[in-house]
Amino acid sequence: MPNLVSNSTPPETATAPAPPGPGSVPVAADDGPAFDIEGFSLWYGPRQALDGITIRIPARRVTAIIGPSGCGKSTFLRALNRMHELTPGTRIAGSLRFFGEDLYAPAVDPVVVRRRVGMVFQKSNPFPTMSIEENVLVGLRLNGVRDRAFLQGRLEESLRMAALWDEVKDHLRRPGTSLSGGQQQRLCIARALAVQPEVLLMDEPCSALDPLATAKIEELIQQLRLRFTVVIVTHNMQQAARCSDRTAFFYLGKLVEYDDTRRIFTTPANPQTEAYVSGRFG
Amino acid sequence: MELAAQLSPGGGRQHWRRGLSRGVAVLMGLSALIVMTPLFLVLYFLIRQGASSLDWNFFTQLPKPAGEPGGGMANAIVGTLELLGMAAAIGVPTGVMGGIYLAEYGSATANYWLRFAADVLNGVPSIVWGMVVYALLVVPFKTFSAYAGGAALGLMMVPLVMRTTEEVLVLVPQSYREAGLALGIARWKIITVIVVKTALKGIVTGVLIALARVAGETAPLLFTALGNNFWNHNLGEPIAALPLQIFAYAISPYDDWHRQAWAGALVLMLLILACNLTVRFFSRERR
Repeated sequence: MPNLVSNSTPPETATAPAPPGPGSVPVAADDGPAFDIEGFSLWYGPRQALDGITIRIPARRVTAIIGPSGCGKSTFLRALNRMHELTPGTRIAGSLRFFGEDLYAPAVDPVVVRRRVGMVFQKSNPFPTMSIEENVLVGLRLNGVRDRAFLQGRLEESLRMAALWDEVKDHLRRPGTSLSGGQQQRLCIARALAVQPEVLLMDEPCSALDPLATAKIEELIQQLRLRFTVVIVTHNMQQAARCSDRTAFFYLGKLVEYDDTRRIFTTPANPQTEAYVSGRFG
Repeated sequence: MELAAQLSPGGGRQHWRRGLSRGVAVLMGLSALIVMTPLFLVLYFLIRQGASSLDWNFFTQLPKPAGEPGGGMANAIVGTLELLGMAAAIGVPTGVMGGIYLAEYGSATANYWLRFAADVLNGVPSIVWGMVVYALLVVPFKTFSAYAGGAALGLMMVPLVMRTTEEVLVLVPQSYREAGLALGIARWKIITVIVVKTALKGIVTGVLIALARVAGETAPLLFTALGNNFWNHNLGEPIAALPLQIFAYAISPYDDWHRQAWAGALVLMLLILACNLTVRFFSRERR
């Protein structure tokens, strides 16, 4: 039974016991790739934005996507939950498998895809008409969850995972937009986590935040990788180096190099990658 | 120093420029005054001529036959409210849904023609609306009716509400729609619960402006609602309306009726003013 077609809520992703990883940070067990992508190309009208991308993004790891502006990294991210389809006139080729299922098969409902592959945007965008609580729970409520105890539990859990609970627990009824910029972004992360997706896509989530708020979100990403697959697009190479396990370098719509983050930043195989990560271009 | 020379006062060119600047400023001040004056003139005359005839009876009694003093426009006031209610029942859902279609669903070609149609309809003279509804609802049923009056006003509201709804929906940032989609929420739920709710103030404002606009219309009611000197007990029959009553009284030869027409105009004006003040209240930024 293909999960993407059914309208049921996604299965609970159980937290695997963390085996002793290579670093000091605990890592979840290796479940194989979350996304298995082969020869994936994407066009906006006549303009090609992605060219033959072949990449396997591991489950329950943080994968960073770096590259200069216009290299297609945001487009690639949006293709992972079919958000690019909002732009009229897009066309794709190649295969994109999500835990073995073809994400672009005709029977697949993009709404269900997005329930399993959540997204956090560059600019925080809490819904202005809703309180903090309503913002977090909107994904569940609008998908028909009514059980009050369950919602209450999910509210606290999501806000705790987003490291926001202690700051907002006494005024959950205040408008979401009354929070500071960094808090709003964490509220958006809590909102995305509340529907318990398997994957969280982050499109430059810290680019509008100060260093303190950025540090909080990076710490949060480290926590999230125990339960979720995280794919993060970033302009900030230190950020990619600090918080990702794997790094992909995109340039002009092509995947130039993809490897363990440490190797990308210390001994990259491709001279272009080396030039970019050392700050000589881009 | 060239720059200093240019900045220093004196010299024919500088004088001329300053003169021109002052002249244009005065012209703009005058234009502003011309915009403001009619409003105050209208209010001034309505209050001076109408306030004296405004009493409790005006709001509670039916019109008296010609020559008999007293009487009121209770039926016309209620009639206008009933007509506006029916107009809203037709114009608001149709207009709002049309606006949602334009802003959220329509293809470029469909939207081009829809906007074109709505803009043309906005410019259709109101008496033409009356004639169209006369042909559609009065002739086949062989009677003037409140329904026909409400339909005429409601149809006039549709393009107005549609365009303002579209405008405020387009102003809702795309990022809210994206955030909703990324949560795996169905599109129609995002539109109704998130987008429309965010733009609700603007939509209500548009509806009230449209209501205020049609509240004073006389021409579309002439061949539809017709007017009535008594209470309307059946919406399938002719109904009184303030603009119609004002029109009938104003062209009558009786001084008493003229005074009542002024009072009616004042009440109608206050009704529209109330609408506009509510709009102000709704469009005001809170927080």
